[in-house]
Amino acid sequence: MALIDLANPTRFLALVERVLPWLVAATVLAFAVGLRGAFLAPDDYQQGATVKIMYIHVPNAWLSMAAWGVMSLAALGTLVWRHPLADVAAKCAAPLGAAFTFLALVTGSLWGRPMWGTYWVWDARLTSVLVLFLMYLGLIALWRTIDDPARAGRAAAILTLVGAVNLPVIKFSVDWWNTLHQPASVFRMGGPTIDVSLLIPLFVMGIAFMLLFLTLHLAAMRNEIMRRRVRTLLLTQAERA
Amino acid sequence: MDLGPHADFIIAAYTTAIAVVGLLIVWVVGDYFAQKRALADLERRGITRRSAEPRPSGVKEPA
Repeated sequence: MALIDLANPTRFLALVERVLPWLVAATVLAFAVGLRGAFLAPDDYQQGATVKIMYIHVPNAWLSMAAWGVMSLAALGTLVWRHPLADVAAKCAAPLGAAFTFLALVTGSLWGRPMWGTYWVWDARLTSVLVLFLMYLGLIALWRTIDDPARAGRAAAILTLVGAVNLPVIKFSVDWWNTLHQPASVFRMGGPTIDVSLLIPLFVMGIAFMLLFLTLHLAAMRNEIMRRRVRTLLLTQAERA
Repeated sequence: MDLGPHADFIIAAYTTAIAVVGLLIVWVVGDYFAQKRALADLERRGITRRSAEPRPSGVKEPA
């Protein structure tokens, strides 16, 4: 099947039906291996067992930005190539991105209290991630405000591309400003600063959350295509009546 | 397993993650069945897409 064939929603649905069971199985397996590794990994020499929060906080923080990245690519697909599934992909990624950003914020707070002595501080990293969460909510609200999916898709695409400016701000906030949040310790020049015994379970949990996102995103896209079919059929029926 | 003096924070973080991921799964699966029901209901009422209607004889399938 050529990539262009996936522009056809019916072919896309057939592909999702085939792929989804395998993705579910891979996600469950990755979480089983990742969680086992996370709980068998040694404690941090400074943080003790509290470091176990890292295995859910960090993958969620990665996903919070990755989901906006996916939406930005989809926004280009909507505005430049007018791909019929691009705005479907963008719309379905927004609630998932919001949920993962919420988890990054909450688990970060729960990690911060014992380590920093506070749940929240208005530093650049935390504030820029909170802004990202609010932008997700704004996008979801925009989708719900406009009835016509095509019009909503174009408006949301513009807002998504404007909001993408926040991604490098989040990534480099710990370098550009003096923050309570630690600097990058995995994806950085000179390699990770985390010991390999903690890094491997972290990567496995990262893969598990990525697979979860992919699975839920494809399933939500399938639902959205079906919802649009229902809408079209109801409109057609109303026109005939 | 000893989670140390901050066990409450670790348990709260994992519980929140499980709850949010669980809600996402319930939402996606529930929405799937809702849309499937809506499409089946329309089909039962004879409202189908043109591509799903039987083709008149002599008309070729599009490539």
